[in-house]
Amino acid sequence: MSESKTSRKVLVRRHGVVTRITHWINLLAITLLLMSGLQIFNAHPALYWGQKATFDQPWLSMTAVERGDEMIGVTSLGPVTLETTGLFGYSGKEGAREPRGFPAWATVPSYRALVDGRHWHFFFAWLFVLNGLLYLAVNLINGHVKRDLLPSRDQLDPKHLLHEIADHARLKFPKGEEARRYNALQKGAYLGVIFVVLPLMVLTGLTMSPAVDAGQPWLVAVFGGRQSARTVHFICASLVVAFVLIHVVMVLVSGVFNNLRSMVTGRYAIEVEGEAR
Amino acid sequence: MTAETNRRGWLKGVAAGASGLWLAACDRINDNPKVQQTLQSAEGLTRRVHRATIDRKALAREFTPADISRDFRANGSISPGDDDYRALLETGFADYKLVIDGLVEHPLSFSLAELRTQPSRTQITRHDCVEGWSSIGQWKGARLGPLLDKAVLKREARYLIVHCFDSLEETLDGTGRYYESIDLIDAYHPQTILAYEMNGKALPVAHGAPLRMRVERQLGYKHAKYISRIEAVSDLKAFGRGKGGYWEDRGYEWYAGI
Repeated sequence: MSESKTSRKVLVRRHGVVTRITHWINLLAITLLLMSGLQIFNAHPALYWGQKATFDQPWLSMTAVERGDEMIGVTSLGPVTLETTGLFGYSGKEGAREPRGFPAWATVPSYRALVDGRHWHFFFAWLFVLNGLLYLAVNLINGHVKRDLLPSRDQLDPKHLLHEIADHARLKFPKGEEARRYNALQKGAYLGVIFVVLPLMVLTGLTMSPAVDAGQPWLVAVFGGRQSARTVHFICASLVVAFVLIHVVMVLVSGVFNNLRSMVTGRYAIEVEGEAR
Repeated sequence: MTAETNRRGWLKGVAAGASGLWLAACDRINDNPKVQQTLQSAEGLTRRVHRATIDRKALAREFTPADISRDFRANGSISPGDDDYRALLETGFADYKLVIDGLVEHPLSFSLAELRTQPSRTQITRHDCVEGWSSIGQWKGARLGPLLDKAVLKREARYLIVHCFDSLEETLDGTGRYYESIDLIDAYHPQTILAYEMNGKALPVAHGAPLRMRVERQLGYKHAKYISRIEAVSDLKAFGRGKGGYWEDRGYEWYAGI
């Protein structure tokens, strides 16, 4: 080995064409599903566990209440009650505030319209499911999931994992040969979202349909009731938001241009050691 | 400090302006009729997939008396002010007649006492409101299927229009009056009943006295309250604003299985 290390950039094939196309369709679908979902939530901004609503005991609620001669927004989460005026429960332009769960900027349309929220939601739910099935079918058959998403044995070694966590905390990312593959935390996050959180979103969504419940009663049993399913739907949506936030931060700090290029053209630059040619 | 405050104020203004533009753009897309038409095409797909994959006779789950909600919410009209309804209510619905007519061989009418002698069903079911909440209640009522068999539907009959007493909105052309419609699959479903009892007592006014529809595999707004008449029809266009129901006329899905 030479002492003077030189490195050169090589472009490797990272994302297949189906992965790239379904990724961007998924971004569109999930954005609109989230915003229309919050619109639907706003029609009854409270969540319960079990088969039925217990109106005076939601585990989560966003309401507008009177305090003296002014209105304030209040969010209750179990025993905790927080004032959330301007964000949850009571929001809008100064002087034109109104009672609403999530604020106007988070919903589609911005004004209160359950009917429109439902139209957007069910249209993009179909797009999301068909797009997701295409992604899964292609990537299960061509081996992408097994080859690139399942952690290799060495990555599951506790020492390796601790090392990765420490590296992530310092925003230090794999270089060279190691950058050819996803790191273990990344793989775990992708697998969790693709095979746990998003399927749960679909199943809990189906469970909220009274017609599906008649045909597939086991679904309601699995989630312990339609109101539980609505709650799990909301929690999983929150997990998707958390995933997207972390995902976007990671894309930004680990080379935004390189990452975006790889999800558009499929080519990802890594640095390998060796003589420049 | 003032410079700092100024800059912050300026940034805030820009952010507010940009988000305002963004929201306005989103709302304009939402309000575009072509966009609406595209979005609503999903309803037909959902209905077809449901009809193809869910057994048409599958029953909605039934619960035990212990599951009944003590806080069953009443939505929409809860005390109709319409004159004809008020007159019937004053005499405890003694003069009430349910009319079944339209595309039938034998138009029928039933007093409440007569309805109570018809084949009935009692069921404890979950009521799912389009807003997102659910309540559980016990319903007893006349099964719609046997009533239709008595009236004998004509071959052209495809839907039932459920006419109601209550006006949810004041309008000059009468389109503010509540009505609903279902197809014959749901009309003949064993759990589809005209309920006159709730939780073992006469149906309360808030929940649709004297008679409300139960269509257990669809959302709450299909379960029309304050029923006055059931009319068999071949097409929904001639009623209200033509979409088959009060809420349907205001954009909600005719097929409310989701």
